Amino acid sequence: MKDRRPTNIDLNSLRAYAFPLPAVTSILHRISGFALFLAIPFLLWLLDASLQSEVNFKEVVAFLDVGVVKFFLWLALCGLFYHVFAGVKHLLMDIGIGETLAGARLGSWIILGLSGFAALVLGVWLW
Amino acid sequence: MVTNVTSLSRNGLSDWMIQRISALVITAYVIIIVGFLVFCSEGTYVAWHQFMMSGPMRIFGVLATLAIAAHAWIGLWTIATDYIKPACIRFVFQWVCIAANVTYVLWAWRIFWSS
Repeated sequence: MKDRRPTNIDLNSLRAYAFPLPAVTSILHRISGFALFLAIPFLLWLLDASLQSEVNFKEVVAFLDVGVVKFFLWLALCGLFYHVFAGVKHLLMDIGIGETLAGARLGSWIILGLSGFAALVLGVWLW
Repeated sequence: MVTNVTSLSRNGLSDWMIQRISALVITAYVIIIVGFLVFCSEGTYVAWHQFMMSGPMRIFGVLATLAIAAHAWIGLWTIATDYIKPACIRFVFQWVCIAANVTYVLWAWRIFWSS
């Protein structure tokens, strides 16, 4: 019987392909999603401590002011905003907006632009 | 149709739908918290605690965590089946992901409903 299951391209052979922009934003969507999953315990711990008492809340605020911690928080928030923007593009494409090749390219530029802007605003807000 | 016993709903179309509905719940939650931080926050513990521990936000907090668990599981399942070929390593990875997601839901439940 012929195997009708879809096959995946070997990861190592991916280097032979030229990546169009929508492919780059798509893989970034995946990477940011996985990174956000890794950030969940960090964020839950912050939420937990910040709601326990006034003392803990102030400790959390002070902890988030440490340079490295603030950078990781910024990174996580940038990832979150990118993932949301790329997700909204998915939803728009589900209802038929931006499904053409040109539309997909434009959409990719828009989510990159919005994410860059969000990263800038978050940076100004945090520092 | 290809079915897979480790998929959340054993059905690609349901996974697709769950992924989108959970995405809307999470996005709404993010917008509300960002809105609070930008427009209503005095940056004090009292304001933060009052807001996050109000009835609607407690319910929304648990709902958002459930949505995140389902959303993350579908994404992680996709990543695992795409990239991890040996079945035993994939099952271990998926088991760790499920255990983590269940832990996060229980943790969030404790944060919002223990006091």
